[in-house]
Amino acid sequence: MANVTDNKALITNRTVWWRRMMSDYGMIVILAALCVLFSLLTIKDQYPTGADAAENVWEQLEDRLTAGARLIVVTQDGKADSEFTEALNVRLEGAASTLLPAVSGSPVEIRAALEQLDSTGQTPDYILTTSAFAATVRMVAQHLSNSSSLSILSPTPHRWPSFLLPENIRNVANQITVIAIIAIGMTMVIITAGIDLSVGSLIALSAVVVAWLVGQWGGTEASTGAMIMASLGGILLCAAVGAFSGFMVTGFSIPPFIATLAMMQVAAGLGYIISQGKPIYQLPDSFVWLGRGVDPLLRIPYAVILMLVLYAVAHVVMTRTTYGRYIYAVGGNPEAARLAGIRVKWILFSVYAICGLLAGLGGVVMASQLKSGAPTYGLTYELYVIAAVVVGGTSLVGGEGRILGTLIGAFIIAVIQNGMNLVNVESYTQKVILGLVILGAVLADRIKQTRFKHKSNKPQAESTA
Amino acid sequence: MGSPDNRTGNNHSCLVVMSGIRKSFPGVLAVKIADFDLRPGEIHALVGENGAGKSTLIKVLTGVHERDTGEIRIAGRPVSFRKPLDAQKAGIATIYQEFTLVPGLTVAANIALGHEATHHGLLDQRRESGQAAALLERLGADFKANLLVSELTVAQQQIVEIARALAREANVLVMDEPTAALAPQEVAHLFENLKEFTERGMGIIFISHRLDEVLKIADRITVMRDGVTVATRPTVEFNRRDLIETMVGRSLDQEYPKEKTTAGEEYFKVHDLCGGIVRDVSFVARRGEVLGLAGLMGAGRTELARLIFGADHKESGETYLDGQKVDISSPHEAIEAGICLLTEDRKAQGLVLGASAMDNFALPNLRSWSRLSFIDAHKEKERFIDRTSELNIRLSGFDQRAEELSGGNQQKLLVARWLETNSEVIIFDEPTRGIDVGAKYEMYLLINRLVKQGKIIIVISSELPELLGICDRILVMRRGRISGEISDVAGTDQAEIMSMAV
Repeated sequence: MANVTDNKALITNRTVWWRRMMSDYGMIVILAALCVLFSLLTIKDQYPTGADAAENVWEQLEDRLTAGARLIVVTQDGKADSEFTEALNVRLEGAASTLLPAVSGSPVEIRAALEQLDSTGQTPDYILTTSAFAATVRMVAQHLSNSSSLSILSPTPHRWPSFLLPENIRNVANQITVIAIIAIGMTMVIITAGIDLSVGSLIALSAVVVAWLVGQWGGTEASTGAMIMASLGGILLCAAVGAFSGFMVTGFSIPPFIATLAMMQVAAGLGYIISQGKPIYQLPDSFVWLGRGVDPLLRIPYAVILMLVLYAVAHVVMTRTTYGRYIYAVGGNPEAARLAGIRVKWILFSVYAICGLLAGLGGVVMASQLKSGAPTYGLTYELYVIAAVVVGGTSLVGGEGRILGTLIGAFIIAVIQNGMNLVNVESYTQKVILGLVILGAVLADRIKQTRFKHKSNKPQAESTA
Repeated sequence: MGSPDNRTGNNHSCLVVMSGIRKSFPGVLAVKIADFDLRPGEIHALVGENGAGKSTLIKVLTGVHERDTGEIRIAGRPVSFRKPLDAQKAGIATIYQEFTLVPGLTVAANIALGHEATHHGLLDQRRESGQAAALLERLGADFKANLLVSELTVAQQQIVEIARALAREANVLVMDEPTAALAPQEVAHLFENLKEFTERGMGIIFISHRLDEVLKIADRITVMRDGVTVATRPTVEFNRRDLIETMVGRSLDQEYPKEKTTAGEEYFKVHDLCGGIVRDVSFVARRGEVLGLAGLMGAGRTELARLIFGADHKESGETYLDGQKVDISSPHEAIEAGICLLTEDRKAQGLVLGASAMDNFALPNLRSWSRLSFIDAHKEKERFIDRTSELNIRLSGFDQRAEELSGGNQQKLLVARWLETNSEVIIFDEPTRGIDVGAKYEMYLLINRLVKQGKIIIVISSELPELLGICDRILVMRRGRISGEISDVAGTDQAEIMSMAV
């Protein structure tokens, strides 16, 4: 022919990576904006406690400490306060000053202890105490003989958003693990243009089955092996329920909405039957390892690590494997996919099974977090899961969506809920706001999509051929 | 401006005059310079290859796109349409290939849609159906206004679209590929109606790939090439050959570049295939042979192809490849065995439109490019570049969606994907439907090349001249069975095939 096309040029002509990132993961901007918003709204004086507080006091003390000075640590009773005392003891060990034995207790006890020291001529030069106790200690110390030269040191406050405190971030991450784990499966189902309404009930079913099985195998005395077997039992049962939905959808062409709506009822009912309608509490203390345990290094909860690993695996599966590619193709045009040699029914069947399996895993995590299994768990969770997927940019029409987008979507929902709690928004109002946010996110996505189409679609049709 | 043979009439008497139109999109100059006019009572055809800029030019007229430069006059007055509604109000009705009817509403409701007659705030359904019935009668329609649009055939739906245009009292009718989905007698009926409209002073812009029809119905023809209106002449000054030459911008040696080949050994065989309407079909195909399947609509050609490919349920019958019986009950198995099918409907059955061109290309080939189901992305890209370059598919990027490609490029993309599977038996179902002359010619050259490699090519086509031009042997089907075979293609004419098909 007259002109020869050489598409090698396309390699240099590809879309700028960040533009593509923004089109796939644009909602991260919304997440960032929300984080900034709630950070600004929750800025206040933060007082360190425990070992951090000890460190802070030590820094104030370090430069002015003279040889022979007498020090005493004064605190209330409690875990954080004894950590404070211990950490200071470690710090002050070997210093050239005299460390008097620490005292803790009520103001009356403190006063008695201090006056005792005063009367024996061991009046302290420095009193080290916590932020919460500082005012009380100051009052008590007025009665000491050297009250004018006495220094009372307590941790200095700093301005920092409550939203960004490590505990709070851990809290947010913990809150979304169950929803986010299940949302992986839901994303896959929705990309095939389906839906799975049964996941909320499957959480309850799984939690109940796990707790019941642990009860059968030793209750509070159950071994680790028994707990693992029980968890696998709950997860596999939910996978089987998901597979059954998938079979109904592929084998009998029942719309996914109806098939999974039916299974939602079935699973919820089974949960109540197995538990006889009551929560099951007889679980060993070690059962909370997954739900409440944190890794020793960064103090990240194990459930969150599990969630992140699952997202990494799912992302690779969806972007780098044939299976992932087939899921997109089936959602985009099932007939074209079938005629391209893809076993469409198998793909559809498998995504429902995976979604069920992950819902079962979510149930195990929840049972571990709450150290019990109850048939009321997971109520309306399917809606939160679907919301996370949709807010994450996956189209309900099928064929489009990103796994990591869903993770961002789950975080957006959790951050909104958490942030509203921190700024004391009433829970009924929270629901209204959350609903509007979901609507807004979908709307933003629609606008982006249509603008994209107007800009690139039409001219392309003319430029080719 | 314009080409020397562009004879615009007296501007004041024209319904539409477009002059010096230019329209660019980011990175693409779709229409470089175009002049076009429409007189009352004429059918003015606009032809050109896909991508020549016809649709863009028309969309500038109908208010879908805004022009960069140039002037549009309607009945002598300069206009500037910002949206399709502006053009409709100015009396321009457009009938696109994809209809804009609501399937769940009646014919009458569709005709009235947006301009409903009301009586005291309620719909005046009697007036609506009265108006619809009158229009349908005028158009010679054989159906009632109270039917649902979903119950109508494609041709009948088109009549509803036309009736709607008439109801709006349009005096300019733009028709984009109106005959693509119509049977011959329906085309004849449509043309009668169009002639009648022109007698009443309406002007019709007729866009079509079917040059025979253009030559038959149009009063004048404008040819576009590479965004420029290169010729506007009365139809009598064109013949088929120089019309094609004007479109492609070069002289055409022959329409069908058939090369002499010698068929090799028997390789592909089906025996007593039954399923759906297909009954007891047996045939043998040799290596290096182009085997045609002729027949009327509904004779079972596509159904036979789908049975062979495992796409539909097979009741009985066997398939042999190289003497070995192969069991095929799904497209997956057919592809594994080395049989592939280029489907008739590329949008519904071939492409995942929202996915990228590369994803579509890769779909049946991913398995062979992956290890432990991990896709070798580098190889995928490399094969994509090689094949699309080989088949002369022009793309703007790897991410370009399949739906953004022109019809010809979409078809070539699907062919490229099947070539990549290295199948021995390739079934083409209507491979040249809806693609332009240049792309058709490339398709024929490609078939020649495949045949030379010893592949077995089976071609289904409703255009008998095409089958006669490219096949070595033709099987004729009638009511699900093979009713005749033509071995001497060169010495056969269309009438002989038709006599076997009816």
